[in-house]
Amino acid sequence: MTAVVNVFLKEGVLDPQGKAAHHALASLGFEGVKDVRIGKQIILQLDTEDKTKAEAEVKEMCETLLANTVIEDYTIEIN
Amino acid sequence: MSQPIENLDEVLKNHKLSKEEYRDILRILDGRHPNIVEIGIFSAMWSEHCSYKSSKKYLNGFPTKAPWVIQGPGENAGVIDIGDGMAAVFKMESHNHPSFIEPFQGAATGVGGILRDIFTMGARPVANLNALRFGRVRGDSDINKYQRHLVRGVVDGIGSYGNCMGVPTIGGEVSFDESYNGNILVNAFSLGLVKSDEIFLGVASGIGNPVMYVGSKTGRDGLGGAVMSSDSFTEESKSLRPTVQVGDPFTEKLLLEACLELFKTDHVVGIQDMGAAGLTSSAFEMAGKTGAGLIMHLDKVPAREEGMMPYDFMLSESQERMLICAKKGSEQAIIDIFEKWELDVAVIGEVTDTQRMELLWHGEQVCDMPIAPVSEEAPILDRPTARPAYLDEVNAKSVDDYAKVDDQEAYEKLLAPLEVVDKAWVYNQYDSMVQTNTTKEPGSLDASCIRIKENGRALAMSSDCNPRYCYIDPKKGAALAVVESGRNVAMSGARPLSITDCLNYGNPENPEVMWQFAQGCEGIKEACLELNTPVVSGNVSLYNETNGVSVYPTPAIAMVGLNDDENKVLPSHFQEEGSQIILLGETKGEFGGSLYIKELFGETSGTLPSFDYSAELRLWELVIEANKKGLLKSAKDVNVGGIAIALSKMAAVSNKGIVAEVAVKESRDIFDESQSRALVEVSKENIEAFGKMAMDLGISVSMIGQVGGDKVKVNNVELPLEEVKDIYFNTFTRTIEQDL
Amino acid sequence: MKVAVLRFPGTNCEFDTQYAFEKLGHTTQLVWHEDEKLPEGIDLVVVPGGFSYGDYLRSGSIARFSSVMKAVQDYAKEGGKVLGICNGFQILTEAGLLPGALKRNNNLHFISKHQNLCVINNDNAFLNKCGKGEVLNIPIAHADGNYYIDDEGFKELEANGQILLRYSDKEGNPVVVNGSVTSIAGVCNEDKNVFGLMPHPERALEAILGSEDGIKMLQGFEA
Repeated sequence: MTAVVNVFLKEGVLDPQGKAAHHALASLGFEGVKDVRIGKQIILQLDTEDKTKAEAEVKEMCETLLANTVIEDYTIEIN
Repeated sequence: MSQPIENLDEVLKNHKLSKEEYRDILRILDGRHPNIVEIGIFSAMWSEHCSYKSSKKYLNGFPTKAPWVIQGPGENAGVIDIGDGMAAVFKMESHNHPSFIEPFQGAATGVGGILRDIFTMGARPVANLNALRFGRVRGDSDINKYQRHLVRGVVDGIGSYGNCMGVPTIGGEVSFDESYNGNILVNAFSLGLVKSDEIFLGVASGIGNPVMYVGSKTGRDGLGGAVMSSDSFTEESKSLRPTVQVGDPFTEKLLLEACLELFKTDHVVGIQDMGAAGLTSSAFEMAGKTGAGLIMHLDKVPAREEGMMPYDFMLSESQERMLICAKKGSEQAIIDIFEKWELDVAVIGEVTDTQRMELLWHGEQVCDMPIAPVSEEAPILDRPTARPAYLDEVNAKSVDDYAKVDDQEAYEKLLAPLEVVDKAWVYNQYDSMVQTNTTKEPGSLDASCIRIKENGRALAMSSDCNPRYCYIDPKKGAALAVVESGRNVAMSGARPLSITDCLNYGNPENPEVMWQFAQGCEGIKEACLELNTPVVSGNVSLYNETNGVSVYPTPAIAMVGLNDDENKVLPSHFQEEGSQIILLGETKGEFGGSLYIKELFGETSGTLPSFDYSAELRLWELVIEANKKGLLKSAKDVNVGGIAIALSKMAAVSNKGIVAEVAVKESRDIFDESQSRALVEVSKENIEAFGKMAMDLGISVSMIGQVGGDKVKVNNVELPLEEVKDIYFNTFTRTIEQDL
Repeated sequence: MKVAVLRFPGTNCEFDTQYAFEKLGHTTQLVWHEDEKLPEGIDLVVVPGGFSYGDYLRSGSIARFSSVMKAVQDYAKEGGKVLGICNGFQILTEAGLLPGALKRNNNLHFISKHQNLCVINNDNAFLNKCGKGEVLNIPIAHADGNYYIDDEGFKELEANGQILLRYSDKEGNPVVVNGSVTSIAGVCNEDKNVFGLMPHPERALEAILGSEDGIKMLQGFEA
């Protein structure tokens, strides 16, 4: 199975990279962009076919290492 | 008996090998046709980048010896004696082509490469400089915008690599000219320290000794990089992106520490960095230097991707790799060290007595060729040269052929060019203080300095080149690059000892470019002989040409000098209100290739006068000796923009005003660029003693003013100090970040 | 004093840190990240600066799981003094030994320069030789020094006197350097035995390097 983890700064925590990209888009003439958030995507190839088990494991990976929950939120997709 | 490979003509073209070279290959292989692996090897080894085939003829004339030179050109880096059993290892190298295509990775891997050259010699890198040339960044054209993007990317790349490695980037130079619009120059310098008797060389010897591979795994990255950087750019170059390597400074840091740990043992015969042309050039060079033979099993090389073939292993330019010739029986000890640092390590072959390179792939021979004719005896060229046609036109002009400009207007224009103003935007992105040795940091004008903890002395280093001078007079311009780098070093109180160079020129197949190159080498040779500062290492970058337009000749020179006392590093900005500013040397009204003509009239023209090396050496002597006696508070050379700009920089950096009166023939001469001049700051009680020293050395002295006040005034031009500071400190950021 | 200086793959200020403490007359010992125990009889553990594990995932995020960090956790729990400088500060926040987190600088650049700092609290084992409100000149060199803590956490820091240093001008007024919450440059834990700061006091021990203000900071631990 493949797990796709997306890690983003939490709502309310200033995202300087997103802000810079937002500003650059505006100066390039792309109007109507309300907000830009930049995060990272982590793709894990898992050696299991048990979706529930995989989800639990990946969640633990996020909580321990992949995200810093003081400032970051994450989402998990299992395919 | 053997057959040429299919599509031979196309294969040769793709490998940039000529029919003539193919005939040489057949001769070297005793009439046998080469296979694709062998063609790849010949292509890489005989590329301009690896063989120096166009340039070797001229480089051979460089002075390379002095009592303090421990290792001259020909190794990974040069080495000089810096006293008390310590030696400095240094070199400068270009990464121009990759940086234009992908600025971040191009510049980053340039830094990675030069660092490996230093620590391969057994030295811990302690200081980096970089010399950067960009095209025009001011303006709204696509070129201007792309150039600003390149500046941001290159600086980010240099910082990311050097900072992670924990090697301080302590200075360098950045300049801008339209001539670099299609080819930027990224020249990285590094200096390391080593005990004089613990230097390692890139050699393989001792029959039966193992050849070991250490570092990162080999991937397909950078395939054909050496061939690429030996070619001009065209519109198609953007599709070259996949050949740019990606740097991994973390792995390099591990490689550095592992190598330094290894060097403390007695297991190594020789070690060579895998730079351009990867495993091919490192293996051929190590064996070529000693006349040994090598047998290597390419299937033993750690691979990052599946399905890689012998050709890929031999030509990959994956970064952060080294080839070691170890002592027989030391294999396990070496494996232990590299495994401790979580790096790949493998025994891949051994030294033989055949003087041949034999490569095997799962037991089957894929290459068998003699080593010397491919490496040490690679064919060199004697390319045609022709004096460039443009020279008559630019040399015919003088400053008097241009309209008169109000001096105040000229002053304000000459203060603002990006090559003049402070570059904190650049150097604040580099960790300049790690290792706790930096005593003259970036932004403090002229040379950069580090103290040497091991012996209480200090090293000064400066990288310089004025491409405008080199354009109007390729020989004198190159000589003046050596002179200026030496003068900057001397201004810190250090004695200039040796140089490394990075010779950036256009397309050598153009006889006019080849003439510029030949003249440049002549100039460096002359200056290094006269100043007794031999060349100990260097690099040549040709084909800096886009759509037929070559860059200005740009022989970047980095001078290294030694100061006997770490506590006597002389600053280059004003230290105290009320002290006297003295101008040393003569102002003769020289405007050839000046900033004045460039900024006011948009041209690079004029001639360079004959140069008096004796006057230059006496100037150095005066500053070095007066500093030892404690007579000086600060010293700065006078260069682009003349006295007015030099004083303004000193004022801005020190946050102290200056009122100066300089005797000049024409009022514009406060911007003239006469050589062999300096500004020194002397406290009142030392004026007499200093004056006597200057007189004894035959150097003309003019008392031009005192430090202090809230304005910068030089003869008839002036600005409030606050305004000078605003221009000096804020212009760069405003220009480079305007798109963000 | 006997000082243990940790060494992770990618650490690059370990020798500077050793040199600094030895210059002040103390003994130091490097401790490899795979070691499971700290040396006997130490008075201080320093987690030095650098780019542990390349800082590729998040600064400090991998180093915190090393064997030696488990020993440091235990050491701190028993009241042992721990100082994290730069990457060390990042590691200590990732490890939960210090509150908050360090984000990318707000200008997205690495920032290296001499920077004034204002001492906010000095009733602790680290800054006791500095005056409250005193301005120190200490080098900074980091890309991820933008200190973040939520409102509630910030209130606690303030109430407990855990804010050690703020980036400031020459007069001690806070200035924005990297986007840190209220310009915080360094904090300690509630028990005041674990300290973290982005600036590098070990780089400021000699006039020829531009500042000697780091001496009284590091000497604080002698008391």
